Amino acid sequence: MSENTTVYTYKDFASDQEVRWCPGCDDYVILRAVEKALPQIGKKKEDIAFISGIGCSSRFPYYVDTYGMHSIHGRAPAIASGTKLANPDLSVWVITGDGDSLAIGGNHFIHVLRRNIDLNIILFNNEIYGLTKGQFSPTTELGLKTKSSPYGNTQAPFHVGSLALGANASFFARVPGNNPKAMTEVFVEAEKHKGTSLIEVLQNCVIFNDGVFDDITDKKVRAESQVWVKHGEPMIFGAENDKGLVLKDGHIEVAKLGENGVTEADIMVHDAHKEDPVLHFMLSRLRHPMVMGVIRSVRRSTYGENFSNQVKQVQEKAKYHDVQTLLNSGDTYTISDN
Amino acid sequence: MENPNAVVSPDERPQEKVKPLNHVIIRFVGDSGDGMQLTGTQFSDTSALLGNDVSTFPNYPAEIRAPQGSVYGVSGFQVHIGQTEIHTPGDEVDVLVAMNPAALKTNLSSVSKGKTLIIDTDAFVKKNLAKAGYTSNPLEDDSLESYRVIAAPITQLTKESILDLGLDNKSMNRSKNMFALGMVYWMFSRPMEHTLNFLKKKFAKKPLIVEANTRVIKAGYNYAETLELLPNAFTVLPAKMEPGTYRIIMGNTATAWGFLAAMNNSGRELFLGSYPITPASDILHELSKHTHMGIKVFQAEDEIAGISSAIGASFAGDLAITTTSGPGLALKTEAAGLAVMTELPIVIVNVQRGGPSTGLPTKTEQSDLLQALYGRNGDSPLVVLAASTPSNTFNFAYMASKIALEHMTPVILLTDGYLANGSEPWKIPDISKLPAIDPHFAKLHDKNWEPYKRDKETLAREWAIPGMKGLEHRIGGLEKQDVTGNVSYDPQNHELMTRLRREKVERVADIIPPLTVDGAQEGDLLVVGWGGTYGSLFSSVKYLHETGYSIGLAHFNYINPMPKNTAEVFGKFKKIIVAELNTGQFHLVLQAKFPEHKFLKFNKIQGLPFTVLELTEKFKQLLTNQ
Repeated sequence: MSENTTVYTYKDFASDQEVRWCPGCDDYVILRAVEKALPQIGKKKEDIAFISGIGCSSRFPYYVDTYGMHSIHGRAPAIASGTKLANPDLSVWVITGDGDSLAIGGNHFIHVLRRNIDLNIILFNNEIYGLTKGQFSPTTELGLKTKSSPYGNTQAPFHVGSLALGANASFFARVPGNNPKAMTEVFVEAEKHKGTSLIEVLQNCVIFNDGVFDDITDKKVRAESQVWVKHGEPMIFGAENDKGLVLKDGHIEVAKLGENGVTEADIMVHDAHKEDPVLHFMLSRLRHPMVMGVIRSVRRSTYGENFSNQVKQVQEKAKYHDVQTLLNSGDTYTISDN
Repeated sequence: MENPNAVVSPDERPQEKVKPLNHVIIRFVGDSGDGMQLTGTQFSDTSALLGNDVSTFPNYPAEIRAPQGSVYGVSGFQVHIGQTEIHTPGDEVDVLVAMNPAALKTNLSSVSKGKTLIIDTDAFVKKNLAKAGYTSNPLEDDSLESYRVIAAPITQLTKESILDLGLDNKSMNRSKNMFALGMVYWMFSRPMEHTLNFLKKKFAKKPLIVEANTRVIKAGYNYAETLELLPNAFTVLPAKMEPGTYRIIMGNTATAWGFLAAMNNSGRELFLGSYPITPASDILHELSKHTHMGIKVFQAEDEIAGISSAIGASFAGDLAITTTSGPGLALKTEAAGLAVMTELPIVIVNVQRGGPSTGLPTKTEQSDLLQALYGRNGDSPLVVLAASTPSNTFNFAYMASKIALEHMTPVILLTDGYLANGSEPWKIPDISKLPAIDPHFAKLHDKNWEPYKRDKETLAREWAIPGMKGLEHRIGGLEKQDVTGNVSYDPQNHELMTRLRREKVERVADIIPPLTVDGAQEGDLLVVGWGGTYGSLFSSVKYLHETGYSIGLAHFNYINPMPKNTAEVFGKFKKIIVAELNTGQFHLVLQAKFPEHKFLKFNKIQGLPFTVLELTEKFKQLLTNQ
């Protein structure tokens, strides 16, 4: 880890390229939140790489003044894995969307989580294909009318959190796309986490799926519809901080403090570090209210650590350490001049 | 370990009983679990140690353990040893060692009348005969009349020699390949030391197995010695080979080592992103053994992730490679285009096999040439090289790396199943004497650096990698503006960049060696080949040329771009024939590029290499029908 000697502000991370998302798109909010997180992660600009796939979100690297690659559809986790393994000192960020990571790139998405390569993945989930102009995506709800489902979507959706936890994700967080301050905090947390960090952003597409998250993210309802969780703290929410999550009969339910004898002591305390993912899974699937913040953050060995530890062990026992010795080793024979 | 059985070593034999041969071809065939690959390898290694030139080729089924005794479970290993230079594993088998009826049935067509068959009679029982499709026992009817048949109860004799060791039946049976090997060692006057030492090492923790195999191989040797069916022994004297230190090397190992040498000489770390696929997996296995030398081997979730991770590693400054075979190359296509667009160095190895689709996974073919050259969307040129012998895959893996790193381009290296699994003696090079590899990095703090500013000579862009301060930049698959690398949809710029990418690849011709011609330098017939067919083509052309025909061979290792003197070479011959293991892919390329010539073609699509015989017949016919 290189110590950051330069003090950056968010402006240092804006590139000279004109940002070309639709006016009003949450992508602008995410970009600004990232620009604000980067000065806080203790990395030099030249030691940061943003790698994206294809889609509206994937234009992102052009707008951040670090190293970056706008790659091909769905492959960003695989490309970023190569970049990180080639240079473990880098802070590598994957920018992807619900189509990019869960449809065409589904395979790379689950495998990067399984391997726990130390990357940060920001998944812009708008439940629609934006760049190709409005077809349903793998996270689109059943029944939604889109360009490619004029009579309603007949394909059941993926649930991002369930898929990720099923793939043994060590870090999963969710944030609404209209809350830059919270987003910045979660991005900084994600960078600190050793292993693959997945952040799902509920990102509103103003053109093709406008308002899809309004019941969760609208400023008028969000106090009642979002539960912000923090490790070690009780899961209390509500405009009056008067509600909390309790575990009852194997389900998570909302309980009102003061009603039916419920006190703060009855409210579940969030344990993001618990290795058993069952509660994280249940929390991630709540729809009303929806859980926000770092739902799971578990330390398990990364692929990079496993690989380099093994290399060290092999190095100690190896009989040769250079290529020429290898070429000359084993069954060789000499033909003499006669 | 002293053996109770005394053995007459080849050196002590009465010389008049040992008949020298110029070269000999032996094929060991049996069930895929019979250890035929090991038996063949031992025979070829021992012969190489005696100073013979050798060439080997395994022929194994796609099934890992097909049902015992079945024709599709037959596994073979062919060895060609010679006192003169050997260029192929050989066409016509001199000695066929057949461990069961299925093995005999499937291989007899490669053995001419009068040649020798060594047969384990114990395996010729009703059940096995039926599985092989024999209605009568060929050992009992007269169908093998015109061969010299050495019928030995190999299984029984094997068991008898180790009965007292207390091994179970299955373990005893496993040693029978050593009995056959012992017989062949006697027949060709080979010493057993190498194999005995090998057994000691391989089964160091199982002394009983060492003892059993040692006894069995000696029993086989002694049996041949005393058997009257073997009237005389033969020998193949050492070949005249360049002095030096040698080893027997397989193509896939040589390929892997070529990349190690390139890593060493380029100062870059080596990254392999790969997904297992036959017959390329051995490159992945080989490099996985050497991670302690700083090689990052990443077994990816699929072919696409294999190449994508390599592109990511290349972006970060590694010598990045990916290895695959035909269907895998098809999957890597889109990502290869990304490497073309981002102008990042990667090497893609395609160990070709029979296609299309899953095709013939364990058989050889040259049918991915057009895929390698043109199988990407858009105008998407990259460098294509083809190795031509098992051992020179080392050199071309090295050159592919050098070209990729110095010219900032993806390179496809074509080998094939025949090169990958074939083996031959290899004079171990001093890697410090290989051509230097000099990647062109951007200079730190270079205010004038631009992502797509090009070297005037090569047109390669300068490489700036994460960690280099002040050179932060973005690249990607969208069309790039000349020099700045910013996204550009400008029509004129797209045409300019398309032409620049092509020109950059064409300029690689400035550093590649000229095309050379074996045999006649001008005259009646020029044979054109590429890649893995070199051994057979060379043997055939050499023979005809020495017989007095006006024939030459131009064999291509550099396919795109081609050597600069290609047109000049073509101009020196009256007829040109392109011989390849596909329906005529290189022929198509040459006919389009050099329309002033009429190219004939000779093709074989059987999953097998050319035989020297079939080539010679064809060329002779063309040479005599003037």
